Amino acid sequence: MGTAPASRDVTSYGMGLAAPLALFFLVFFVAPLLQLLWLSLHNDTAALHWGLGQYLHFLTDPFSLSVLGSTLLLGAEVTLVCLVLGFPIAWLYQRVGPRLQTIIILIVLLPLLTSVVVRTFAWIVILGRQGIINATLQSLGIIDTPLKLLYTQFGVVIALAQVQMPLMTLPLITALGRIDPNLDDASCSLGAGSWRTFFRIVLPLSLPGVIAGCTLTYAAAITAFITQSLIGGGQMLFMPMYLYQQASTLQNWPFASAISIIFLLAVLAVVSVFTTLGRMSRGYGGA
Amino acid sequence: MSGRKRTLEAISFEFVITVVAVIALIIIIAPSLVVLIVSFTSGFSLRFPPPGYSLRWYAELWNAWQLHFAAKNSLIVALWATCLSVVLGVAAALAISRSRTLSARLLDSLFMSPLVLPALAFGLAALMLFSLVGLPVSPLTLVIGHTVVCVPYVVRNTVAALAQLEPTLLESSAVLGASRLYTFRRIVLPLIRPGIIAGAFIAFMSSFDNVPVSLFLRDAATDMLPIRMWQDLEGKLDVTIAALSGVLIIATVALVAVMERVTGLSRRLTN
Repeated sequence: MGTAPASRDVTSYGMGLAAPLALFFLVFFVAPLLQLLWLSLHNDTAALHWGLGQYLHFLTDPFSLSVLGSTLLLGAEVTLVCLVLGFPIAWLYQRVGPRLQTIIILIVLLPLLTSVVVRTFAWIVILGRQGIINATLQSLGIIDTPLKLLYTQFGVVIALAQVQMPLMTLPLITALGRIDPNLDDASCSLGAGSWRTFFRIVLPLSLPGVIAGCTLTYAAAITAFITQSLIGGGQMLFMPMYLYQQASTLQNWPFASAISIIFLLAVLAVVSVFTTLGRMSRGYGGA
Repeated sequence: MSGRKRTLEAISFEFVITVVAVIALIIIIAPSLVVLIVSFTSGFSLRFPPPGYSLRWYAELWNAWQLHFAAKNSLIVALWATCLSVVLGVAAALAISRSRTLSARLLDSLFMSPLVLPALAFGLAALMLFSLVGLPVSPLTLVIGHTVVCVPYVVRNTVAALAQLEPTLLESSAVLGASRLYTFRRIVLPLIRPGIIAGAFIAFMSSFDNVPVSLFLRDAATDMLPIRMWQDLEGKLDVTIAALSGVLIIATVALVAVMERVTGLSRRLTN
């Protein structure tokens, strides 16, 4: 930095311009997180006795571990559903005219910008006892009594998948747009069928987009407090609600801090696994 | 391999993938349409299809002063958080966009990290910090908390707009004797303005919709709209919320349409 004569360096701006935001983040983002870590390392609410008690409590408590496990599993299920449904959208996007492209992109974008409470509320209307699915199945005579769809794992996964779909689809559209369409033709003219071309050429080359989409979807799905609590109901507990209950209802801040740190670390671990995979896949795609 | 078999195979592939894509698009759009239709019901329940249509729940919404109060708070906080995000975020984006130094890349990761880290954990942490320094929860603490989670959108979109900027434009301007400030005002700013507006728009929408941070940083005096709606939904299924959802959906569609015109929002998010 600053080795080039100042008179020639007109295309970049000094790092000083980043100082206000860096300072803001230091005070209001880094400092609170450090305080969270500090408090989590105390055994009592008054924060007088240092110790790993909160973490030991969490890691030896079957209930806490099952909450963590079901949260991570939920993220994986939602990510998978988003990938299976989102990839065909991105594929279709690259093969239609500009007018349809705009329509597809706006359909994908709209939920991203619509209030998450509204989107979740919509799923209550759809999945409820008198909801669309039950009403339709009953009027067709397929079922006699309403199915229980709300307050089930299935309901949470499908609602979260819809809520987080844009986060998966947008990076996939970008990634598929970067693939040379000639590769597709070359593969087909060399005798590989469409399915084989898809799995051997298109899918591997779009891996950076797949991984970017999976990272965003996973991180968003496991922290989606509103959708989890409204669709999952009282019987299903995931990490965000667990954290909120401990902090707000029970006022057990040290334990809530430990939950936060464990949750943060779990998210960071998943993100770094995805990032490593992304780096490897980029090497693959360039080969 | 016969030509007919190949064609059949290609058709089966295209058929399957198109059908899945169409189903996925329906799943994405259906919930908003369902809520929109239910909000015009003349009945007392969220039954679909509604027994009849009326505007009664929209009229009801007119008198829901608790929702008005929460909506006003959410709007004020979102506006301030967006302004703060734009001022801090654009300056930071200018600094880090063309720099390849380690410090620039580290700062970039720092500024982007609120996008992946659980916002609820940050909300709790911020509450603990504010109570430590003796700052009670208020619109101010909400604006600060929202800015942290909204500024990444401004930084990201501004950096992307700056990356598209031809450096030769800035050099030519300098050669022709323009000062840095003049070049910024007359060349850089007009060219990156759509990017800044797009980032500010997404920041505003995400602040207006924020729950995890608001959950910890508000109190009864600073009730926020998404939390008010969430708590109403936890209690009972109120059709007034459907009408409010209808208003929010229509407002979002209108804003997205305007933003698409002004900034080319859809291209920005797929490049």
